[in-house]
Amino acid sequence: MKHARSRLLVAFGAGLLFGAGLLLSGMTRPSKVLAFLDPLGAWDPSLALVMVGAVSTYAVGIRWGSSRRRQRSLEAPLMSMSPPARIDAPLLVGAAIFGVGWGIGGYCPGPSLVALASGQSGVLVFVGCMVLGSFAATLLDATPHRSAPRRDGEALQS
Amino acid sequence: MLATYTPVVGGVLIGIAALALWFGNGRTAGVSGIVAGIVRPRQSDVSWRIAFVAGLVLAGCIGYALKQDSIAPSPRPLGLLAFAGLLVGVGTRLGGGCTSGHGVCGVARGSRRSRAATATFVATGMLTVTLLRLWGSSR
Repeated sequence: MKHARSRLLVAFGAGLLFGAGLLLSGMTRPSKVLAFLDPLGAWDPSLALVMVGAVSTYAVGIRWGSSRRRQRSLEAPLMSMSPPARIDAPLLVGAAIFGVGWGIGGYCPGPSLVALASGQSGVLVFVGCMVLGSFAATLLDATPHRSAPRRDGEALQS
Repeated sequence: MLATYTPVVGGVLIGIAALALWFGNGRTAGVSGIVAGIVRPRQSDVSWRIAFVAGLVLAGCIGYALKQDSIAPSPRPLGLLAFAGLLVGVGTRLGGGCTSGHGVCGVARGSRRSRAATATFVATGMLTVTLLRLWGSSR
């Protein structure tokens, strides 16, 4: 594929920028994340601002970019490529399980990968087990994972 | 002052990175899904995932070299961290996303599924932290 190299560069650059954002926002310090998840204790609500910044940037960008793209071509708008969403049991059970793991360790997937750079034993163990869990889940159940991420637009090709 | 603004700045960078991945490659920046595609490849689309993860880790290397306390260890013991990792791995695959895929990209697109998932994992995360704190202080 002739665009293969530029796709790799885009992905690498996006990862680098994404990681910089996580570092700047304090997501790579689990004690800060745990304090965010502790509204009845010594609550540190500042991480909500990470979400506000990221969501509003992405929301504005995706609308602006998609409308420009629509004007340029007759292709179907990107936003309509995801089929209608259904809230089902795997979604809610999976999210609940993820939340418990997040509340125990203070790591979600992105920050844990950034934190690998520190070589600290805790994060190495966490990521190892996360990969294992991810592998086990895709093994155990082959169908929902083929479709579920796609519903959220993950496997869409531009 | 600076402490108030850096989370917003960090969030904006995350948003820009996710936009770059979408408009550049047509991919949603969902970290758990990107990792799952490396662990268990579907098609021949593993290389961009590895490049994205390499970018994340390199950012960590640069950040850690510049400012060592930008990456701190988790206060939890190793056994609990292993358990937490398993739960995060299984839960994100079952639920089809994590803080980035559902919490940022999905919510920003107005996806009902992602809003439901995000409300759920924030709620169970808060419940878990609260229970662990109470359990820890009662011992």
